[in-house]
Amino acid sequence: MRPEAVAAMLPFLSDHPGNPSGGHAVARAAKTALEEAREEVAGILGCAPGEVVFTGGGTEADNLAVKGGARAQRSAGRDGIVTSVIEHKGVLAAAARLGTEGCRVAEVGVDRGGVIDLDQLDAVLDERTAVVSVMLVNNEVGTIQPLPEVAARVRARAPRALLHTDAVQAVPWLDVAEWVADFDLVAISGHKFGGPKGVGVLVVRDGVTIEPEIEGGGQERGLRAGTVNVAGAVALATALRITHERRTTEVERVLVLRDRLVRGLAETVPSVFFNGDPEHKVAGSCHVAIPGVESEALLLTLDAAGVYAAAGSSCSSGASEPSHVLAAMGLSRADALASVRLSLGYASTNSDVATALDEIPRAVARLRSAVAV
Amino acid sequence: MSERVLVAMSGGVDSSVAAALLLEAGHDVTGVTLKLWGGESDSGCCSVADVEDARRVAAQLGIPHYVFNFTDDFEENVVTPYTDAYAAGETPNPCVECNRTMKFGRLLDRARAMGFDAIATGHHARVGHESDGRPVLMRGADQAKDQSYVLYMLGRDVLARVRLPVGALTKTEVREHARRLELRTAEKRESMDVCFITKGAKASFLESRLGRAPGPLVKIDGTNVGWHSGVQSFTVGQRRGLGVALGERKFVVDVDAASRTVTVGDRADLLRAEVVLRDALFTTEPGPDEQVSVQVRAHGEPFVGRWRGDRVVCASPQPRVAPGQVVALYRGVVLLGGGIAV
Repeated sequence: MRPEAVAAMLPFLSDHPGNPSGGHAVARAAKTALEEAREEVAGILGCAPGEVVFTGGGTEADNLAVKGGARAQRSAGRDGIVTSVIEHKGVLAAAARLGTEGCRVAEVGVDRGGVIDLDQLDAVLDERTAVVSVMLVNNEVGTIQPLPEVAARVRARAPRALLHTDAVQAVPWLDVAEWVADFDLVAISGHKFGGPKGVGVLVVRDGVTIEPEIEGGGQERGLRAGTVNVAGAVALATALRITHERRTTEVERVLVLRDRLVRGLAETVPSVFFNGDPEHKVAGSCHVAIPGVESEALLLTLDAAGVYAAAGSSCSSGASEPSHVLAAMGLSRADALASVRLSLGYASTNSDVATALDEIPRAVARLRSAVAV
Repeated sequence: MSERVLVAMSGGVDSSVAAALLLEAGHDVTGVTLKLWGGESDSGCCSVADVEDARRVAAQLGIPHYVFNFTDDFEENVVTPYTDAYAAGETPNPCVECNRTMKFGRLLDRARAMGFDAIATGHHARVGHESDGRPVLMRGADQAKDQSYVLYMLGRDVLARVRLPVGALTKTEVREHARRLELRTAEKRESMDVCFITKGAKASFLESRLGRAPGPLVKIDGTNVGWHSGVQSFTVGQRRGLGVALGERKFVVDVDAASRTVTVGDRADLLRAEVVLRDALFTTEPGPDEQVSVQVRAHGEPFVGRWRGDRVVCASPQPRVAPGQVVALYRGVVLLGGGIAV
């Protein structure tokens, strides 16, 4: 976490333990802090404070948007759910659940770089489409989706559909407000930009009706019942503000690091190639395929050398699952299992890149020589 | 000499203690749990709870821990051959195939590529050395828990890179070590079932993969005594679940997949004077006519026989070994090798 975010949340774990729903003085301090956090988030995401719903994270926000949006429209006869095939599991699993409840679910494909196929999107949209969910930035390969174009297609063919975007991965790299102006629902998650885990936001625009997933005391406009995590909300807002303020310089700085990493790998590791779309890719993403090297073996070797990389997406057992994103982009299973994700962020330094460029070629050479024996 | 060892940690007490003992002996130890199965099952080493146990033990010991996803290889090398064997009227040993292809195949290959000197598991068996220094596999110190049978296929090149730290201990001693080290797996019960099949659901698992292919149940003389829904439900030697009441104790004495015929008979019809092996593998091939100790089940009592090139001649008639089962040959406590009963 960003130290400023940690500092911001601490008073609400110690000095101001009040419940923002209460009516006394202690509660009022919490309530004030919560509403200030809401205003801060709204200002950065380009919405009104009343449109900010705090949730227990990005997955919860996605579930609320997709399921809540679909269920609110059932009585009007709209039953179509449209997502891209490379969405986060929080969207895909929610859509699949709706499928078991009688909704028509369509997953729109992507090109080799991971950009949504807009013609295919057109083809699955109709008057009965209830929810369309397309992420802003893909969590594995960092591809930026053409959201304004997506919105235009949806408004033309499915004018009553709710538009949701999972913008969880976008916050450090893009001015989310600019990209999501046409979207009814927008999800973000605190820990993706230096805030705490377990707190997120769903923007629900005024006039947009969704059904709550969690019901109870009517908090968060009745859309997310339960005592609000004040400390988490305050820390999320602080982290979001700092990320927003520093974004332009950070993106420039990280781009230099990322390009150095990509160039270095291309020069020192034979036959590597890079996944994603170089024209539409966020600065912090480097996703590299190293044919002939199993990513699990590479990750262990790198971990022991102090380089922390990832592959695929993690399931609850901690095993790395073959990536549905890389498969959708047309990578062979072998290439997908030979791909690793080297993420850069606000904490990444020049020396991190130097270490990676030192260790990765060495590890690859060792693993490849063993295979050849 | 300190070695860099990769320990296969299932989340059970034996492999937990194996990791701990290697660490105490001064080795550089890394833990790994294999995710082998993505289907439905309530046992085995792939449940989230078991992975979590392994992870927590590793954290307690202060060693790195990883999960390797070998589900594709497991399906291809263990599950498919398992169902194929039943479809062919045989009785497979999936744990043997998992050891052969996964732990001492895929994992060992990967460990070597990553620069580890050896892999270790929590099996109750010992790696000993002959006078010339060549490694051999020996029964574990705890006779009741001995697992050398399921490792019968390990060649000397593999044995040279395998460490079995709990093989010299009894199960009681293993648990004492676990308690001494306050490992969370100290009192964990052991799993004995096929890990990829939910307990009690073997028949439905096989049916879901193989379908139903009904056929006749006949007596030795060929008389039809009933019908069955698929040869995969039968194993030579089986007594229960024949699905017909014959008024006397009957055993499956033969399963013929081609004609889908299951033959039942009396205990005497099951007795054989010899066991013929295919795909025999030896670290030390017994001499012609050498008297060997023969084990035909994971925890079965061995019997005495003589090795005759491709078969064991039993000292006294033995119940027929179900085709597909491993037959392991021992000289005293030393495993010589074995093969598959035909």
